[in-house]
Amino acid sequence: MIGIPERKVIMSENKKRGFFGKLVEGLTKTRDNILGGVDQVLSGFSNIDEDFYEELEEALIMADFGIHTALRIISDIKIKVKEQHIKDPMEVKQLLKEELMEIMCLSDDAYSFEEKKSVILIIGVNGVGKTTTIGKLAMRYKAQGKKVVLAAADTFRAAAIEQLTEWSNRANVDIIAGQANSDPGAIVYDAVFAAKARKADLLICDTAGRLHNKKNLMDELGKINKIIDREFPEAHKEVLLVLDSTTGQNALQQAKQFKEVANITGIILTKLDGTAKGGIAIAIQTELNLSVKFIGVGEGIDDLQDFDPEEFIEALFKQ
Amino acid sequence: MAFESLSDKFQNIFNNLKKKGKLSEADVKAAMREVKMALLEADVNFKVVKDFVNTVKERAIGDEVMESLTPGQHVIKIVNEEMVTLMGSGESELTFTTGGGPTIYMMVGLQGAGKTTTSAKLAGLLKKKGKKPLLVACDIYRPAAIKQLQVVGEQLGIPVFSMGNQNKPIDIAKAALEHGNKNNHDLILLDTAGRLHIDEAMMDELIELKDVMKPKETLLVVDAMTGQDAVHVAELFNEKIGVDGVILTKLDGDTRGGAALSVKAVTQKPIKFAGMGEKLSDLEVFYPERMASRILGMGDVLTLIEKAQSNIDEKKASEMERKFRKAEFNFEDFLEQMQQLKSMGSLSDLMAMIPGMSAQMKNVQIDDKEMAKMEAMILSMTVEERNDPNVINISRKNRIAAGSGNKIQDVNRFIKQFEQSKKMMKQMSGMMGKKGRRGGKGMFGNLPF
Repeated sequence: MIGIPERKVIMSENKKRGFFGKLVEGLTKTRDNILGGVDQVLSGFSNIDEDFYEELEEALIMADFGIHTALRIISDIKIKVKEQHIKDPMEVKQLLKEELMEIMCLSDDAYSFEEKKSVILIIGVNGVGKTTTIGKLAMRYKAQGKKVVLAAADTFRAAAIEQLTEWSNRANVDIIAGQANSDPGAIVYDAVFAAKARKADLLICDTAGRLHNKKNLMDELGKINKIIDREFPEAHKEVLLVLDSTTGQNALQQAKQFKEVANITGIILTKLDGTAKGGIAIAIQTELNLSVKFIGVGEGIDDLQDFDPEEFIEALFKQ
Repeated sequence: MAFESLSDKFQNIFNNLKKKGKLSEADVKAAMREVKMALLEADVNFKVVKDFVNTVKERAIGDEVMESLTPGQHVIKIVNEEMVTLMGSGESELTFTTGGGPTIYMMVGLQGAGKTTTSAKLAGLLKKKGKKPLLVACDIYRPAAIKQLQVVGEQLGIPVFSMGNQNKPIDIAKAALEHGNKNNHDLILLDTAGRLHIDEAMMDELIELKDVMKPKETLLVVDAMTGQDAVHVAELFNEKIGVDGVILTKLDGDTRGGAALSVKAVTQKPIKFAGMGEKLSDLEVFYPERMASRILGMGDVLTLIEKAQSNIDEKKASEMERKFRKAEFNFEDFLEQMQQLKSMGSLSDLMAMIPGMSAQMKNVQIDDKEMAKMEAMILSMTVEERNDPNVINISRKNRIAAGSGNKIQDVNRFIKQFEQSKKMMKQMSGMMGKKGRRGGKGMFGNLPF
C-alpha cells in the first residue's frame, strides 16, 4: 500500500456500510435531483393535463434523460394513464417507476463472464475513469480468488502505464506493460499469451482514451479487438464502455460510435457520487439497448458496484 | 468538430424561416420550439434554454420583425445576437501580477476534465509569449498524476516542481513558490487534484490553497461534453473557491458544446481558452463571437484567416487566388495547397470554419491517409500531366495507378474529385470576391483558395 494518501484510506473505512446504504448514499444527489424535480411536479398539480406533462418532461431532461427518451417515456406514461384511468398526479410516480424498471432490467447472463475465462476490454473517451475502474475491478476479482492479469495498452497518455502499474501493485495482480508510445496491439498480443501461460481467469485490458470521432484511434481499437479474437478465440470477450455520468447527450454519440468498432457488451457508469443525475444511462438503454453493468459511486477501492436496476430505481425513489 | 450537429440543426430551422415571406406568430413559435429542442439535445442547461428561447421569442414577435421585408433574416439576426450575449463578448485575456513575485494560476475542476494536460498546454502557450513558467504537481491523490505532469512538462521543456505524494498540497505549493522565486520563474501554475464539487474536505483543501497562495487567477477546467450538471459544478466551484475564468476541454470531440453556452450564462465568468486536441499545442483563445457564428453554421472566417496568416506565404496565396478565379488550378497547385493546408491543421476542422461549408462537406470523409494517397498519385504524374490534367488518358492513368500503388479506380475517383473541387473553389472565389469588395480589400486575400 505504498503511496496511498491518507484521505483515501479514511474514506473507504468510513464507507464500510451495506451495499444498499452505500448506493443510497452515492445516489443521494441523484435522487434529490430526479425526485426533486419529479416530486415537485407531482405535488404541484391537481390534474393530469398538458402542462403537467410538460413539467414532467422538463424534470426528466434536467436529469440528462435527453429529449427523445424523455418524450418516449412521457408518451408511454400518457397511454398508461389513459388505459388505467388515472386521475391523481401522485399515482404517476408508480407508473414512472415501473416504466424505468422495464427499461433498465438486465438480462440473466449479464455477469456470466465473471465465471468464465474472459478478456475484458475497457474502452471510452478521455478522462472518464478507465484506468481507475480497472484498478477497482482488479481488486474485486482478486478478492474473489480469481487470477487476474492486466494489460497496459494505454501507451499514449503520459504516465498511464505508471498509473495502472500502481493499481496492479495495490491489487497484487500481474501486469503486462511496455514502453510509452509503443504499439498497443503488441501489448495486447503479449498479454493474451501471458494470460494463457499463467492460466489467468480474467485478462483486463486498459486502452487509451480516444475521442470517438478520431478515425485512426478508433481503427486502432478495431485492431486490438481483432487481435483478441484471433489469438484468444476460446475466451469470452467482454467489452465494457466506460461513461462519465456527468456527460450529457454526447454519451449517446460515444456509445454509438464505439459500438461500430467493438461489440460492446455493457456500460460502466462512473462518477455517480457527484450531482450528475445519470439519466443518460436510461437514454442509452432506451436508444441503443446497452445495459449498465457497473456503477462507480466513489473514490474508494470498493466503490465500484454491480448495477442492480431494482435497487437503483428504488434508491432513486426512496424518501 | 464541436457544435457541428447543432449548427446543422440551426441551418435547417433558418432555412425554413427564410423561405417564408411573412412570419406569423405561430411560425416564430414553431421555430423556437425547434431551437429549444436543438439546444437541449446539445446539453445546454434547461433553464438557460428557456430564458434564451423566451428572449428571442419576445424580440422576434415584436413589430420590427413582422414588418420587415425579410423576417426570416431578422429572426436569425436576433438569434445570433442573443447567442453572442449568452457566450459573453470579446475575448478575455489572462491577467498577470505586476511587480513583486511571480503570477500564480491555480487550475481546478472535476476528475478527468483534463487539468493536468491543460496546465501543461497553458504553460506552453505562455512560454511562447516569453514567460518563464513553473508547473507544480499538487495532485497527490491520483496514482501517477505527478509523473504525467513531469512527462508533459519535459515534452514542452518546462520545469515541474514536485515533492512526491506524501506532502500536503499546501506545503508543496509553498515550497514551489520559494523555488520559483529563487529560479526567477515569473509564472507558477498549480495543477490540483480533481475533486467533486460536493466533497467538502477536498474543497476545503482548495480554499486553504487559495487563501495562502493568493493566485492571480483561479481557472476552472470544464469538460465540454458535460451534460446538464455542468452548471452545478461551475456554480459550486465558483461559490466556494471563486473562479476567474473557465477553460473548456475536449472541444475537438463531436460534442454539441452545450456546456460552453451554459457555464458562461450561469456563472458570468468568461471562457478564456478552449482545448482543441491531443497535441500539447492544441489550446486556443476562446472568442465568443466566433464560436456563436460557428454554432449557427455561419463559419469562423476570422480564425481561418489567422491560421492562414501565420502559416501561409502571402505571395503564393495571392498567386493561388488569381488562379482560382480564372480556374487555372492544376495538380501542381493542388499539391502545394495540400502541403500548406497540412501545416494549418486538420482539414475537417478548417472546413468547419468556412461559412456554409460544414453542411456541404458533411458527407465527405477527409482523413490523413486519403491525403497521403492523393499526394502519391500527384507525385506519380509527369510535369505535363500535373499542369494540364486534360492529357491524362487511360494509359497514363494506368501508369499513375501503378506508380502510386493504387488502383485505376482510385485515380479515376481522384481526378473526378479534383474537377469537382475546382468547380467548388471557383464558386467560392466568386463569393469571396463579392464580400471582399464590400468589406474592404484584402480581407480574403490571404486565404489559400
